[in-house]
Amino acid sequence: MTTTPVPDTTVLTQHPMTLPEARGPFTAALLTALRDGAPADHLADLARAAVAAAEDLVRDEDVQLGLFVLYELHHGGIAGVDDDREWDVDLLTARAVLEEAFEAVLRERVALPERPEPTADAVAAALFALTAEDGPPRLARFIARQATLEQVRELLVQRSIYTLKEADPHSWGIPRLSGRAKAALVEIQSDEYGGGRPQRMHSAIFARTVRAAGLDDAYGAYLDDVPAVTLASTNAMVLFGLHRRLRGALVGHLAAFEMTSSIPSRFHAEGFRRLGFDDDACWYFDEHVEADAVHEQIAGRDLAGGLVEGDPTLLDDVLFGAAACLAVDGWAGQHLLDSWTDGRSSLRDRS
Amino acid sequence: MTSDPTGHAPAPARAAASTPDGFVPTGPRLLPGTPPRPAPRADRVERPSITATPDGPFIVRGDVEIVTPDGTPVPRDRRTVALCRCGTSTIAPWCDGSHKITGFRTER
Repeated sequence: MTTTPVPDTTVLTQHPMTLPEARGPFTAALLTALRDGAPADHLADLARAAVAAAEDLVRDEDVQLGLFVLYELHHGGIAGVDDDREWDVDLLTARAVLEEAFEAVLRERVALPERPEPTADAVAAALFALTAEDGPPRLARFIARQATLEQVRELLVQRSIYTLKEADPHSWGIPRLSGRAKAALVEIQSDEYGGGRPQRMHSAIFARTVRAAGLDDAYGAYLDDVPAVTLASTNAMVLFGLHRRLRGALVGHLAAFEMTSSIPSRFHAEGFRRLGFDDDACWYFDEHVEADAVHEQIAGRDLAGGLVEGDPTLLDDVLFGAAACLAVDGWAGQHLLDSWTDGRSSLRDRS
Repeated sequence: MTSDPTGHAPAPARAAASTPDGFVPTGPRLLPGTPPRPAPRADRVERPSITATPDGPFIVRGDVEIVTPDGTPVPRDRRTVALCRCGTSTIAPWCDGSHKITGFRTER
């Protein structure tokens, strides 16, 4: 058994990310408006045009980057952009156009499981069954057995978009919940944020892995390298997080996320050790084997189950959020596997 | 707002030092003769709990020391922990989710 490395005193203090490169007409106009502090009253029309032009919204670079940048205004902010733009009505209007289309695509593509009884036990059992149906974690097994150093570095680059702010999207749920579900969410999030010890924040532990791989741990450092399908996975969480209406989906998302983490994390740790990473670099994965085996129980029974017991009308959205998590993360993972199987990089070709 | 040359807001009037059930808030004692703080009420002390989850681990909350058979405490990094119940965890005594692979059932 490995022992937990002693935390060093490095505290990961993040700074607003820099503006990325545009990926189409919408993001070109959005980035210009943000950079120049210019009015954004034309952006909703451009958002509609971007949605209309998208063949596949989940993989559309312009739409997913646009949504991601607009969401970042609500999180860590963007260097050189006035923080007041978070509540710029024109930006919010454009965001709503993208969100409405994205939610519609998710609802259309994601199959809901059969409805359980609205009791905590039945909801937890249904979520465990749903997440088990997903089958063996093929990407994680690939990482354990075959991935090259270059491929695991790509994995870290892809994951950095979410993981360097791990847990933040779900924190939006805290003031929207009450009672048992709220206490459960806080219990999970407190652990995600290190239980009061900043060095133990999961985002900070992940940054150690990133640095061990010789990569940059600054938030958004690799945004330009990451394709739409990866951004869609984070965007789905934030979509659920920023809308009270979707709190059931947010809770379902977190439950499914926790339920599909501990076993893949074990495979990831195996792969990184195979490639020579030390215990400190693997701490992030080791931590998730143990932590998420706890979190998945709390998330299934107390959070999702407790929420549905308190308000059975949220059952369908809990199931939707869980199924959506499996779907979007599945698409993102499949992209890595397909790229690597074809002997390509999974990152964007910026040449 | 009244202006105060020291820049401090005026101190608010303090409420009674104890509630009807005898609970006294912590903090400096402001009134002479304030009764000493009573012992914590039994119903307000968090008692440790162990939840036996269906087909899953034992979830342990509260101040419980987990020790090895020779009495050595197992380092515990989180407030709430999951103890392996199926016998297949690779990080025993903690749960690692292996029960989901082996199809462990607590009821039949």
